[in-house]
Amino acid sequence: MIIGAGPAGISAAKTLAAAGERPVVIDENVYPGGQIFRRPPAAFARNETQLYGFDASRARRLKSTFEAIAPSIEYRAETLVWSVEDRRLHVSTAGILKCMPFSRILLATGAMDRVIPINGWTAPGVFSLGAAQIALKAQATFIGKRVVFIGTGPLLYLVAYQYAKAGADVAAVLDSSKPFSKITALPALLADISNFSRGLFYVSQLRLRGVKIQTAIAPVEIVAGDRGVSSIRYEQSGQQGQSDCDAVAIGYGLRSETQLADLLGLSFQFDRRQRQWLPVTDGAGRTSVPHVYIAGDGASVRGSEVAEWEGELAALSLLEDMGRGSQKRASVLRRRIDSLSPFRRALDEHVFPFPHHFAEAIRDETIVCRCEGITAGQIRETVATTGEADINRIKAFSRLGMGRCQGRVCGAAACELIAATARTDISATGRLRGQAPLKPIPLSILAGDRR
Amino acid sequence: MTRFDVAIVGGGLAGCSAALHARLKGASVILLERGRCGGQASGVNYGGVRQQGRHPAELPLACRSRQIWGRLAELVGTDCEFTATGHLKLARNDADMQSLLAYRDIARDYGIDLEILSVADLQCRYPYLGDGYSGASLCAADGQANPRLAAPAFARKARELGVTVREHCELEHAEKVADGFQLTIKGEAEQLTAGRLINTAGAWGARVARWFGDEVDEQVMAPNMCVTEPVAPLIGPNLGICGGSIYLRQTKNGSVVFGAGLGVADADRLWARPLAHVSMEAARAAIAMVPQLANVLVVRTWTGIEGRMPDGLPVLGESRKAQGLFHAFGFSGHGFQLGPAVGAVLAELCLDGTSATPIDGLSLGRFGLARALASAPSMLPKQ
Ligand SMILES: Cc1cc2nc3c(=O)[nH]c(=O)nc-3n(C[C@H](O)[C@H](O)[C@H](O)COP(=O)(O)OP(=O)(O)OC[C@H]3O[C@@H](n4cnc5c(N)ncnc54)[C@H](O)[C@@H]3O)c2cc1C
Repeated sequence: MIIGAGPAGISAAKTLAAAGERPVVIDENVYPGGQIFRRPPAAFARNETQLYGFDASRARRLKSTFEAIAPSIEYRAETLVWSVEDRRLHVSTAGILKCMPFSRILLATGAMDRVIPINGWTAPGVFSLGAAQIALKAQATFIGKRVVFIGTGPLLYLVAYQYAKAGADVAAVLDSSKPFSKITALPALLADISNFSRGLFYVSQLRLRGVKIQTAIAPVEIVAGDRGVSSIRYEQSGQQGQSDCDAVAIGYGLRSETQLADLLGLSFQFDRRQRQWLPVTDGAGRTSVPHVYIAGDGASVRGSEVAEWEGELAALSLLEDMGRGSQKRASVLRRRIDSLSPFRRALDEHVFPFPHHFAEAIRDETIVCRCEGITAGQIRETVATTGEADINRIKAFSRLGMGRCQGRVCGAAACELIAATARTDISATGRLRGQAPLKPIPLSILAGDRR
Repeated sequence: MTRFDVAIVGGGLAGCSAALHARLKGASVILLERGRCGGQASGVNYGGVRQQGRHPAELPLACRSRQIWGRLAELVGTDCEFTATGHLKLARNDADMQSLLAYRDIARDYGIDLEILSVADLQCRYPYLGDGYSGASLCAADGQANPRLAAPAFARKARELGVTVREHCELEHAEKVADGFQLTIKGEAEQLTAGRLINTAGAWGARVARWFGDEVDEQVMAPNMCVTEPVAPLIGPNLGICGGSIYLRQTKNGSVVFGAGLGVADADRLWARPLAHVSMEAARAAIAMVPQLANVLVVRTWTGIEGRMPDGLPVLGESRKAQGLFHAFGFSGHGFQLGPAVGAVLAELCLDGTSATPIDGLSLGRFGLARALASAPSMLPKQ
């Protein structure tokens, strides 16, 4: 059973199929490809080059890989895993629930945006970077007429570039990091020349199109009125700046989707570089639970190429545990993955570090948990009055993270806020536990009522 | 060696309330909790606060608890969102109606008012209810509270008044010594002593009891819970049903909490999990009860580890084997409402030697009798 049909899931499926297995591949999306290779519906067709730029050839390859293995796998699209119990997976397809037994499971669940709330982020017209990209790739539309991109990470420039290239008016790219200041000092970046030069390409393309790129900024607020967003205010080396816009895309890197790993009972550890809790692995896709394997951004955010190799590696580990592995191929993959790790480390630590001080500085009146309407001030007060610094206790006392998203959106920033308020180390706040359903389900569907 | 008048093992609602009440009586108190106060059953339960439907052996305790629930703000500084929304018990048929009528008379003896409602009453007062009920019984004094807040609030108040509340602190063993009890804490060399020991260790209560030769069969149970996204106020009372397991309430913030059936739990691994098929069954029952909920989103399911006694009633009273040891555990799925009074009664039993609240039917001896009868009829203990 493979969960996720992104680069990691597809390459795992290919590896298993090649070994004569018939994996079941489950994915929430309409088409395989994962977040990076999302596709529009046929009516809005654009070709791969338009859609994926530099990644077009990889997109084509993955697509044809998938087509080639299609007869040897069982693929369930538009299928949400909502729970898992030991060796039974509970899924929902078009409102119909099914229980699927399995003997081994490989998680390739990917990642989602990491957001730091600022005043105005709940206004209409504000999206996460990922959502902005989905609007473009899967719906062939823009989130607004004049869009500001704010946050940090490779995706910031990529999506801004994709928007600009598709004809959107990109008002500004506001990066909290200062990614190009340290470049020469960072030979690690050269470990992945191609990715590195892509970043430079996006930036130069944006500049060529006259897009304002500001680095080392700190967000102040998104100004929004009755008719939605009107501008965004920020600070840069002590100066106030402002960009007029009618839409904002925010994203400070990614966080792994780990709820399923959680339900399966995997051990987690705190990763200081990525500042998040990640499942413990043996480096080859094995987890702390014998029949559970993991690959891609769901294991650790390292991008789609590493995800692809990891998918294959985890599948090889799985096969090996069934008594039929190929160690030679596995060590090639391991070496490849290792060779890129200085690059990823440099990205996480130096080029696009997660600006956790923004989370600590969120203004009291800013809503952090939008499902429950909990503000930063309420969180700080809960920490102060209860003397608690554990995210689950703060959740119990304040309703933080109890709503529809179950903390998937607000959890990262809330942990930073709690740790800063309580003056404890970020790892001491612990992590929100995943609980079924992994995403909200209407009662009627849970009841098996097909009306 | 540090000495206390009273040591309490288990920081659930029962233990935290015992700590506060013993302190209010002037005793020096230490509370030992393996995890966090209210981290187990007391913090994750459904939040129903009802007297209606309880076994007569529990009713005096339930009535006393209800009084404490009504003045929580005064006692612990917060009302823990307790609201007397009423508890409505629905009848599925005439036989159910008969049993509701009979129960009304029992409840009256304990000073609890129940109002019997006809089908017409139901339709006019609770039009959102599904079809097929024959009537109901309403206990207006009952209601609901937020379980996440209750035990921590008692613990906080107890601490404020001078109780030593030690969390992340597991009592590994306790022994009866001449002048009380000697306690060994996991990972600590130094021992504690206490004049009295209160065992409110929840699903782990029988283990503690066993250290002193009080043998009793406590199993675990894990009520399967679900909660929805918030919706506009719709359901007033806390809803239950005769013979059916579904129970459902709407919280102040609009979420609908409901439960039916059991998940799974492992007391050794401190692990509990709801079950998908049970949640699905619960969803069906919830829609049957309140059809308008059909399109509401379920956001979370959960369960907790609760101790269950063979007859479904808790153990409350002094040990038969060790003088000065008092048990209160095995609440069998309905100890949240009782918690505040359980603590008050424990404080009285252990500091005054007696309590005005009758708890005779809850003594541990009731199992001893059956056990002794089964194994060695000649060795019948005096009851
Ligand atoms: C899902 C669920 C729903 C429920 N719904 C309701 C309801 O609606 N209404 C109602 O009235 N009741 C309900 N109940 C029952 C109610 O929650 C329990 O009966 C009650 O909370 C029990 O309280 P307690 O203090 O005895 O136990 P707990 O809250 O379990 O506390 C016992 C504590 O003892 C600690 N402990 C154990 N051994 C040791 C040791 N050796 N050293 C240190 N600490 C130790 C444990 O860590 C634990 O915190 C429900 C229970 C569950 C699980």
